[in-house]
Amino acid sequence: MQLIPIGISKMVKVEVIMREYSIVMNNVQKRFGGIHALKSVDLKVKKGSIHALVGENGAGKSTLMKVLSGIYIKDGGKITIDGQEVHFTTPRQSQEHNIGIIHQELALSKDLSVAENIFLSDLGFGGALVSTKKINRLAKLALDQLGFDIHPSTRLGDLSIAYQQMVEIAKSLAKNVNILILDEPTAILSEKEIDVLFDKLRALRDKGVTIIYISHRLDEIFKLTDAITVIKDGETVIELDPETCTENDIICSMVGRQFNQLFPEKQIPSEEVVLEVINLNTAKLLRNININVKKGEIVGLAGIIGAGRTEIARCLFGIDLIASGEIKKNGKTLHINNPADAVKLGIGLVPESRKEQGAILSRPIRENITLSNLKKTGSTFGIINRLKEITISNEFRKRLAIKLGSIEDPISSLSGGNQQKVVIAKWLNTDCDVLILDEPTRGVDVGAKSEIYNIILELTQKGYAILIISSELMEIIGLCHRTYVMSEGEIAGELIGDDMTEKNIMRMALPKRALI
Amino acid sequence: MNSIVTEQKITNNNFSIKNTLNLLAEHSTIVVFLTMMFAAYFLSDKFYSVANITNVLRQSVPLGLVSLGMLYVILTGGIDLSVGSIMALVSVVVALVIPEYGVFFAVCSAVIVATLMGSCAGGLVAYFKIAPFIATLAMMTIARGLALIVSKGQPIFVDDVAFVDFGTGYFMGLPLPVYVFLFFSILAHFIYKKTTFGRLVISIGSNETATRFAGIPVERYKFAVYALSGMACGVAGVIAATRTGVGSPVLGLSFELDAIAAVVVGGASLAGGRGTVFKTIIGVLILSVISNLMNLMNISGYLQQIVKGVIIILAVVLESLKTKQ
Repeated sequence: MQLIPIGISKMVKVEVIMREYSIVMNNVQKRFGGIHALKSVDLKVKKGSIHALVGENGAGKSTLMKVLSGIYIKDGGKITIDGQEVHFTTPRQSQEHNIGIIHQELALSKDLSVAENIFLSDLGFGGALVSTKKINRLAKLALDQLGFDIHPSTRLGDLSIAYQQMVEIAKSLAKNVNILILDEPTAILSEKEIDVLFDKLRALRDKGVTIIYISHRLDEIFKLTDAITVIKDGETVIELDPETCTENDIICSMVGRQFNQLFPEKQIPSEEVVLEVINLNTAKLLRNININVKKGEIVGLAGIIGAGRTEIARCLFGIDLIASGEIKKNGKTLHINNPADAVKLGIGLVPESRKEQGAILSRPIRENITLSNLKKTGSTFGIINRLKEITISNEFRKRLAIKLGSIEDPISSLSGGNQQKVVIAKWLNTDCDVLILDEPTRGVDVGAKSEIYNIILELTQKGYAILIISSELMEIIGLCHRTYVMSEGEIAGELIGDDMTEKNIMRMALPKRALI
Repeated sequence: MNSIVTEQKITNNNFSIKNTLNLLAEHSTIVVFLTMMFAAYFLSDKFYSVANITNVLRQSVPLGLVSLGMLYVILTGGIDLSVGSIMALVSVVVALVIPEYGVFFAVCSAVIVATLMGSCAGGLVAYFKIAPFIATLAMMTIARGLALIVSKGQPIFVDDVAFVDFGTGYFMGLPLPVYVFLFFSILAHFIYKKTTFGRLVISIGSNETATRFAGIPVERYKFAVYALSGMACGVAGVIAATRTGVGSPVLGLSFELDAIAAVVVGGASLAGGRGTVFKTIIGVLILSVISNLMNLMNISGYLQQIVKGVIIILAVVLESLKTKQ
């Protein structure tokens, strides 16, 4: 007889917890092919709070938020929204639970008015005709409620980025959103704009909106948020209280992984500097970049996304033009105006986006391997010697252990790792002795990763100078002799040998914005 | 590995039907062409006569030449609208120069003028980054305007016997212009298959960014295909003038559409990277044979246009089925 009340009280307790939390995630999992993007994520977000989600690049923050907003479908685990268990298979279902997400890149139409943007999904309110007056009036109402001082008929493109972001927020809230996800919203904002945004976010919280806030800027997290969840390698590490924890606590829980035997032993590079960048500046982002790479050396470029790592590669390869500064190779100043110049001067690039920039997907593997150096295939008067081409392709197939059916198959038929090997083979077929690799193992499974590391090592033994951009700290630490850490378009520091630890790199990589 | 095995099983089960369909879709251009040639036998008793066949071949030469140039432009993902106007300009130039300096010099200068016009379009596209549609649209009206000015708006008659004889003459039973077309077809095929130029043109059309990132001076190749297209128009314009004996400023009106249609019917993708010389020639023959057949059947010109449109849609739909598979 006495058991029943206990049972009831337990149920009541559970009910209270569910009410208190707006979002509860238990053991959420997501796989992409062989990659376990989310292994086991637990997340509890209190109703009407601002909750920070932090972690390294690739830790799974964005994937998790895409699961929550219905863009990805979870493979396992449980998600509860306001006490109700959900399983989203489309973004629409997530929207029906009043969840709104604001991505890093704004998804607005610049040539439409603010009001038109806010009501874009249903401009005619069910009808076919648009009443400019009506949407302007409703938009004004929505903006006023939020305290945003924006005129609804303004062309969106005429607003500053911060105000555009507010329009994006208003757009979400116009759909009665009560959970708002912001994915690095301040990456594109100035300090003043950030203050304005923060005020608005606090006001929203006070109105009962639950906010998940993803950011790399720890100072912001301390200023703004009520709770912090750290995730790493697709797993929840810890939940911290910003009132009591320190910056160091966060960094320690973001990093500190087991070092595994994925990497070959490092060789000692020569002292001869091959590539040198002196005081390089670009119009957009890069400031006073000074780096060098020696013969037989692997140098890393670490930093968070948007820090300017790829931009350095683009300058070295002649895709972006430099505003000032010098690029030297073997002591000679280079004038690189386009990729063709760079290749002539012996610089190769394995670009970050394999599908768009690295491989001609629809063409045969053979053609992809010989693309950069068709002269080598014995062409007098531009005539291709097919036999020689086949021989070269087969040589690389053996040397790099490329797993393929036939060299005549399109490169799209290969796995990511083997595609990447073909892209690398393309450069080994040229006279390049400087190779820049931008995220060389992105979307590559562990086995192929290790093979690619061995190929890179083999190249250093042949005297190549190698610059690697990677968001995986393990990769930088395991592979590089030296690394430059970038932050906000500048070189924040240089780490050599044992100083290359995840903690040191993260400390330098996180943007230092003066607290106001 | 598992999925590959199951896929193979599935294809084995539907062996006969699916493979036949695949084969048909793969060679849809040829299927359409053969069907048409077969139907022609029943549609007109005059079609399979030596006189008619040679006539069809002779008539297809200018379109064929222009389509070869167009194929290269389309392979890079571009388009050339200026072809018909350049042909007109060339025919006028050649007719005007012959009485002054003789046939050889006239032909050379006409082809050079055409190549220059093509180069202008190429320069605009490659180095000034103007959309091919716009750049060649501008060149189209400029070339037409030049042709009208140079000719004062009147057709110019050529009375050089050798010149006109070439257009109407035969060698071993085939019209002389057909040999010119054969020569350029083989050349175009050779460039397509065997040279770095052909390889890189396809590569640019397949993925321009990746080709640029491979260190290829993409601009140079884009420029070159428009120059080549211009040159092809030059030769086509001269041939057209030899056939009629007239240099006409209104020659080749809406010819660009026929050439684009021939290339597309030949299975090329307007997005670039896909298309072959052989199938383009088939595409040209399909268009020529349709016109010829309908003329023989006394079908009105108005109706002809509709039928042509339907055939183009049919060929392209077949092609898109293939892409889906």
